[in-house]
Amino acid sequence: MATSLDRADVVVVGLGGAGGVAVEPLAAAGLNVVGLEAGTRLSARDFAPDELRNNFRGWPQAAQKCNREIPVHRPNASAPDNPRASVHVMMNGVGGTTLHYWAQSWRLNPWDFKVVGETTRRYGVGRLPKGSTVEDWPFGLDELEPYYDKVERAVGVSGQAGNVKGVIDPRGNIFEGARERTYPMPALRGTEFTDLMAGAARRLGWHPFPGPAAVNSEVYDGRSACLYHGFCNRGGCHVGAKNSTAVSTIPRAERTGKLAVVTEAHVTRIDVDADGRAAGVQYLKDGETYIQPASVVLLAGYTYENVRLLLLSTSAAYTRGLANNGGQVGRHYFTHNQAGGVLALFPHPLNRWYGLPAQGVAVDDFADDNFDHAGLDFIGGGNLWVYSDQRPIAAASMPTFGRAPRWGAQWKQFVMENADRWVNSYLQKTTLPYEDNVLDLHPTVKDPLGDPVIRITADHKDNEKRVAAFVQDKMEQWFLEAGAVATQRQPLGTMGVSTHAYGGTRMGDDPETNVVDRWGFCHEVPNLGVLGASVMGTSGAHNPTLTAQALAWRTAERLVADWGAIAG
Amino acid sequence: MRRRLSRRELLRRSAALGAMAAVPANVLAQAASTAPYATLTAAEAATLEALVARLIPNDANGPGAFEAGAARYIDRALGDALAAQRSAYSASLAALESYARSQAGGSFAALPPARQDELIDDLEQGRAPGFAPSSSAFFELVLGHTLEGTFGDPHYGGNQDFIGWELIGYPGLRLAVTAEQQRMDAKLEPLQSSAYDHTQFDEHPTASERDGD
Repeated sequence: MATSLDRADVVVVGLGGAGGVAVEPLAAAGLNVVGLEAGTRLSARDFAPDELRNNFRGWPQAAQKCNREIPVHRPNASAPDNPRASVHVMMNGVGGTTLHYWAQSWRLNPWDFKVVGETTRRYGVGRLPKGSTVEDWPFGLDELEPYYDKVERAVGVSGQAGNVKGVIDPRGNIFEGARERTYPMPALRGTEFTDLMAGAARRLGWHPFPGPAAVNSEVYDGRSACLYHGFCNRGGCHVGAKNSTAVSTIPRAERTGKLAVVTEAHVTRIDVDADGRAAGVQYLKDGETYIQPASVVLLAGYTYENVRLLLLSTSAAYTRGLANNGGQVGRHYFTHNQAGGVLALFPHPLNRWYGLPAQGVAVDDFADDNFDHAGLDFIGGGNLWVYSDQRPIAAASMPTFGRAPRWGAQWKQFVMENADRWVNSYLQKTTLPYEDNVLDLHPTVKDPLGDPVIRITADHKDNEKRVAAFVQDKMEQWFLEAGAVATQRQPLGTMGVSTHAYGGTRMGDDPETNVVDRWGFCHEVPNLGVLGASVMGTSGAHNPTLTAQALAWRTAERLVADWGAIAG
Repeated sequence: MRRRLSRRELLRRSAALGAMAAVPANVLAQAASTAPYATLTAAEAATLEALVARLIPNDANGPGAFEAGAARYIDRALGDALAAQRSAYSASLAALESYARSQAGGSFAALPPARQDELIDDLEQGRAPGFAPSSSAFFELVLGHTLEGTFGDPHYGGNQDFIGWELIGYPGLRLAVTAEQQRMDAKLEPLQSSAYDHTQFDEHPTASERDGD
C-alpha cells in the first residue's frame, strides 16, 4: 500500500554534488523542495583516519543502495561481461560522493565546449575521430563562468587564478579561460616534494601551478582550514574543511525552512501524468512505498543512476523509458580515462605520508588543445597531477620497479628502503563519446528489488589510447627531470565503472541527439530536469564535479526564473 | 592493551640481546596469542601462519607478518568483512597442503623455509594444481590480505605492536600536520595509536554485518 504525500514544488532525487548545490537557489527562492537521499547523514565522528575501512573495505560506500546496483561492464557488444565489482566507486549519503572525494574543483577549458568547431577550425575537417558522436556544447565557457563563480563561493574553493579578465598570472593556470575574479581562498599550501616537482616542470619550460580544491586553505564560512592529516582520499573530513555539499549548500538550504530532506529514500520510479509530464516519484523507505507528487522533478543521481531511473520509468507515453522516445538515453557515454598513471621511484624520502590528493602541483601544458596537434595523430590531451597522499597499506603495496620480488626477505628489504620514495601521478585525459560506447539495462543482472542494473558497453578507442601514451611520455619526462631513478607506466585497462562517468543524458539543442536542452530540462519532458555529469558532452582533462555543480546551479536558477513555463 | 605492551617489551628485550639478529622465533611464539582461531580450523591456521611468515619473514630486518598478527587478522576478517572469501581460503589452504605433501612429502607448515618459498613461488606463477580458479589468484588474495594485516590499523587485529608501521617508517596517525612536518627531511616522532584510540571517532559495523538492509 503506497502512501501519497503532499505535493512539493520540486523533488530532487539525490543530494550529492549536483543535487546538493541545486537545492540552495531553489530554497532561497521560496520553493518547497523535497530532497530524497538514498544514504544517511554522516558527521565528523564517522570520518576516522582508517585506511582499511575507507580504502579497502569500501566504507562508507559499503552496504548502501549504490552497492546493490553496481553496473556490469563489457568492452563491446560481442564480448562477455567482465566480473562485477564488489564495491561501488561512489557512495550514498547527504552530500553524496562529495563527502569522500578528492575535492579537485576545476573549471573546464574554453576548448572543451567547442571541440568540434575548434578542431575543424585549427586542423581542418577529418581530424575528429571516426565514430565519435561529439558535438559542441550549446554554449561556451562564458555562459557557464558566472555559475562556476557562484559555486566556487557557495561551497568554498581554494586555488590560484591564472586568468582574471584576460590578465594572465603565471602563478596560476595560464591556460584557463578568463574568470571574473580570483578564487575565494588562496591555494592549499604545497610541500617540499610538490615544490621539487614544480621546479622540475619549470626547467622543462612548462607552467606548473597548484590545483583548485573544494578544501579550505583558511577558515571559510565558519569552517576550519584543512589540517592536512592524510585520510582525505575516500575519507570524509573530521573538521569540515572539505567542502562537501553536506557542510555548505545543503545546510544553508535547510535553514530557509524550504528544504525537507528525506534520508534512506530509495527512488524506484519517476511517474508521469496523462499528458506525459513528470508527476513525481515513488520511493521506498523502511520497506514502505511513498508517492511524492511534485510540479518539477530534478533527477540528480550519479550518471549510471540517472540513466537507470529513466530507463526503468516506462509508461504508455514512454515505452522505452522516460524521455527516451528519441532513443538517446544511455548514449554518448564516456569516462575520464584516468587509469594509466605513471609511477616513479626517487633516491630519497619524499615524506608523502600526510597531505591530501588535492595538495599537489598540476601541469596543463599538454591538456586539451593547449598545444599544437598539427603533427600529431590525436586530438585532446591530459592534465598532469602529482600530490602528497600516502598511507601505510598502499605504501607497502608499492610496485618494485623490477628491482625486487613481490614478497620475501628481499622484498622486505626493498620496501623498508623505498616505501616513502615512490609516487604515483594522476593523469586525466580528454575522452570523447562514440556511437558504440553506451549504457543500457542489463538483460539478466538485477538488484535485490528485481530491477535490472546498468550495463556498460564501452572501451577506449584509438584517439584515447594515443592521448594516454603521449601524456605518459610527458609524465615520465617530468619525473626524470625531478630526479626519479625509475618510472613505471600503468596499463590503461578498459572502460569499466568509473568515478568520472559522463553522458547518457547529454545536453544539446538538437532533440534528435540529446536528452536535455541547454537548460538541463528534458526535450521530451519539460518539467523533468537532469543534474550531474550525465548531461556533459565532453570531459576535458579535469575533474567533473565543479562543472556538474555549475550546471546544476544554472538549471536551478533557470527553474526559478521561468517557474511558470516549466512547472506548468 | 596489556598484552600488546608485554609483547612489545619482549620484542625490545630480544632486540637488545640479539642486536641486529632476527628476533628468536621461540620468544615471539611465547608472545603470540594462544587463543584459538575464530574462523579457521587449527590445521588451516597452521598453514596460513606458515604462509604469511614467508611472505613477510622475520629476519635481520625485524619481525614479519606472522609476528604482526597477519594470520589472526585474516582469521577475524573471514568472520566478518571478508566472509565472502571464507570458502576460498578453506579450499585453497587445503590445496596448498596437498601440494606440499605431493611435492615435498610433508605438511607445508613443517617444511624448511627454503622449500616453503619454492612452493610459494609455484603459487605465484600459477603452477600449483588444485586451486580454483588458479594458485596465482590465491597468492594475490593472500598477499593482499597479508599486507592489510601487517600494515593496517591494529584495530582489526593485525599490525600488532605497530610492527608494520615501524618496518616502513610510517610515522603514525596525526590529526593535524604542519608545513614543517611535511618537509622531505622531517624527523617525525613515530606515534603509535589506532584511529579508534581517538575517542572523537565512532567505529562502524563492517559491510557484511550491515548487508541485507
